[in-house]
Amino acid sequence: MLKPILRRLGSGAVVLWAAASAAYLALRLAPGDTVDTLVGDGPDTPQIRAQIARDLGLDRPAVVQYVDYLWRLLHGDFGRSYVLQRPVVDIIGSQVWPTVKLTLLATAFSAVIAVGLAIVTAGRARWLRGLVSGIELSIVSAPGFLIGILLLSVFSFQLGWFPVSGDRDASALVLPAVALALPIGGLLSQVIREGLERALDEPFAVTARARGLTRSALLWRHALRHALLPAVTLAGTLIGFLLSAAVIVERVFGRPGLGEVATEAVNNKDIPVVLAVVMLAAAIYVVLSTLADLAYLLIDPRLRKG
Amino acid sequence: MAALVTVNDLHVTFPGGGTGPVHAVRGISFTVERGECVAIVGESGSGKSVTARSLVGLAGPFAEVRAAALEVDGRDTGGYTDRDWRRLRGRVAGLVLQDALVSLDPLNTVGQEIGEVLRTHRVGVAATRDAQVTALLDAVHVPEPAERARQYPHQLSGGLRQRALIASAIAADPPLLIADEPTTALDVTVQASLLRLLAERRAAGSTLLLVSHDLAVVAGIADRVLVMRDGLIVEQGPTQRILTAPEHDYTRMLLAAVPTAASRGHRLSSTTRSPLPAPAVDPSRTVLRADGLHKHFGTRHAVNDVTFTLARGEILGVVGESGSGKTTVARIALGLLEPDGGTVHLGQTRWTGVPERRRRPDRRRLQVVSQDPLSSFDPRYTVEKLVAEPLDLRGAARRDRVVELLERVGLGAAHLRRHPRELSGGQRQRVAIARAVGPRPDVLVCDEPVSALDVSVQAQVLDLLADLRAADGTALLFISHDLGVIHHLADRVLVMHDGRVVEQGPVEDVFARPEHQYTATLLAALPVLTG
Repeated sequence: MLKPILRRLGSGAVVLWAAASAAYLALRLAPGDTVDTLVGDGPDTPQIRAQIARDLGLDRPAVVQYVDYLWRLLHGDFGRSYVLQRPVVDIIGSQVWPTVKLTLLATAFSAVIAVGLAIVTAGRARWLRGLVSGIELSIVSAPGFLIGILLLSVFSFQLGWFPVSGDRDASALVLPAVALALPIGGLLSQVIREGLERALDEPFAVTARARGLTRSALLWRHALRHALLPAVTLAGTLIGFLLSAAVIVERVFGRPGLGEVATEAVNNKDIPVVLAVVMLAAAIYVVLSTLADLAYLLIDPRLRKG
Repeated sequence: MAALVTVNDLHVTFPGGGTGPVHAVRGISFTVERGECVAIVGESGSGKSVTARSLVGLAGPFAEVRAAALEVDGRDTGGYTDRDWRRLRGRVAGLVLQDALVSLDPLNTVGQEIGEVLRTHRVGVAATRDAQVTALLDAVHVPEPAERARQYPHQLSGGLRQRALIASAIAADPPLLIADEPTTALDVTVQASLLRLLAERRAAGSTLLLVSHDLAVVAGIADRVLVMRDGLIVEQGPTQRILTAPEHDYTRMLLAAVPTAASRGHRLSSTTRSPLPAPAVDPSRTVLRADGLHKHFGTRHAVNDVTFTLARGEILGVVGESGSGKTTVARIALGLLEPDGGTVHLGQTRWTGVPERRRRPDRRRLQVVSQDPLSSFDPRYTVEKLVAEPLDLRGAARRDRVVELLERVGLGAAHLRRHPRELSGGQRQRVAIARAVGPRPDVLVCDEPVSALDVSVQAQVLDLLADLRAADGTALLFISHDLGVIHHLADRVLVMHDGRVVEQGPVEDVFARPEHQYTATLLAALPVLTG
């Protein structure tokens, strides 16, 4: 039991290191110069430039900068924002909660949408499944901002049920969360429905029905757990994807959050902030995929080795 | 009192894909009296399972079931709603399917599965449910029932699993128990103990409807037998009469096709008892020799000191239950698995402990026929490509040789363009044999080659193998769990148990006078067609 967990943690560490290195490399190779950004409209002399470079350690060889950066990451030191002149941890910390709130609610919505649609339509008449599946596919294929704008124009501008933008109260959270949840719920629903139908074809489903079970008891008590196995793996990846989707949705709905922090930082070449965002996303991916593996053990006793 | 089951003119139709509707059951009538044990016997596609499942309204989601009467426990199920069926299922009729590994939900404990029946039909109260489940497992003779109830199907042996499945079927105490191939995937000793359990249920007042492809399995327990073929009952009557004085040609063919001691040396695919060609065993020429083979998998000693020789033209049967190590021996002989100890020689050539590169030129001398040919065929290959692959020929000569081989196994040029999926199980096994004998091998390793086949097809394939070895002098290493098949076909037999050879010798000697206790147990467990 211990060995797989250690292996799991080891591969998680490798993923984090790879993410840190890739982000670092990408930012170094990107056009534009950090010193330019920092000088901005202020006085621009070679002395000032040299001073900035020295302060930030940019005058050292790239390898030294990279190793130093990894070393500090290891100690939880993400440095100071070049632009905002505040510790990166503070900046992220102040903006992370709105995004997490949004993502969690979107996750809950997508689970309800996926399981609900799949349970209602699995094994039903062909036309119904075709119709629902077609709607799901169109939503999955539509870009996130389009769904957001459509939701806004119907429920905010026309009906006035929800606020247009901002983060004043819980009601402001509903539309962005729905916009995020719809494509993911649609995709998961397809996977779960297929899993349900496969489970219903298994001999144990015939046995269960031969005991006098109702259709819904069969679906909820037997088939759903089988259908969740493939869905859990996908869900781990999709929830990670929610974070990047949240960046766009936050913009559409004018919400505070990591989306704003990340786009500003990229525009300004504010390397410490960008790197912190990347590391946060990578860490969340690692955590989610580990959780997905644990969920597997929870769902399927055959995977638990004695 | 009226019969428990009355079926009058039952038809079941499935909407077919491109081929039009499939008429799986075509107007059958039968009754099952209370306390009786009736067996439906037939080959695949006969409609026997569909008939049994129609009694609980589970013929299939798209099945169209019509009958003049379909009465269970005194009620006509003609106008049954979903709700009516649910009340019947589990409460009036319990259903046991083949292989509990897939017939019990693998994600639930067996206790949950059994408890579900009690809950659904409100038998007893929740507080005492665990005790009820334990009592049920105890009633089907599962040892340590309380601990077993907390285990998952994959943690139980095949026999215990099947007992748990039976416990779930009888949980709500239904008067009728329907068992569809209840012992098919099980070892012969486990099968015997489950048949005893079913007989015990019947003695306790249950009515049994058994469905089986195997006449011998039901012969010892059924009062009456219905023989089905192509959706019709071709013959029905008391078991004794069906076994001793069958009236229909098909029943006679089924009985003749069962390989047993009595059928030894005779064709199975003929009802007139014609002899097989005499084998030409040449004991002076050893084609395969294994000395002191050992193989470990982790801590398990899968093969423990196995020694045997195979002479030209000889059939050596290797018999044993699952886990006995017989398939591991086959894989070592095939050079697919290196033994941890011991050697194999193919003729005079060292076969184990040498690099694969050295083995490769001699590989054509050793061919294999496996249980499931479908998975050993590339599905995109045609029959022609499959059979031609091991041949060292080109162009027209190659095609001629393929046709010649196909004709030897009872197929022909018409099958050249077919794909494996378009063939029946028997045809596929024939193609596998044609492919195996193509390079004129010295040794043919057959690993359960007839286990997945219907008895009439099995008869044809066994006859074919006997013909081929007589004509070519090919030696057969024939692995099977079926003592009847071994007794019918093999010259010598190797009885394996827990990785060891417990007994070996000429088939007649070993089977008539078993020296080892285990061989005697196997033979005693073998269901026999007593006429």
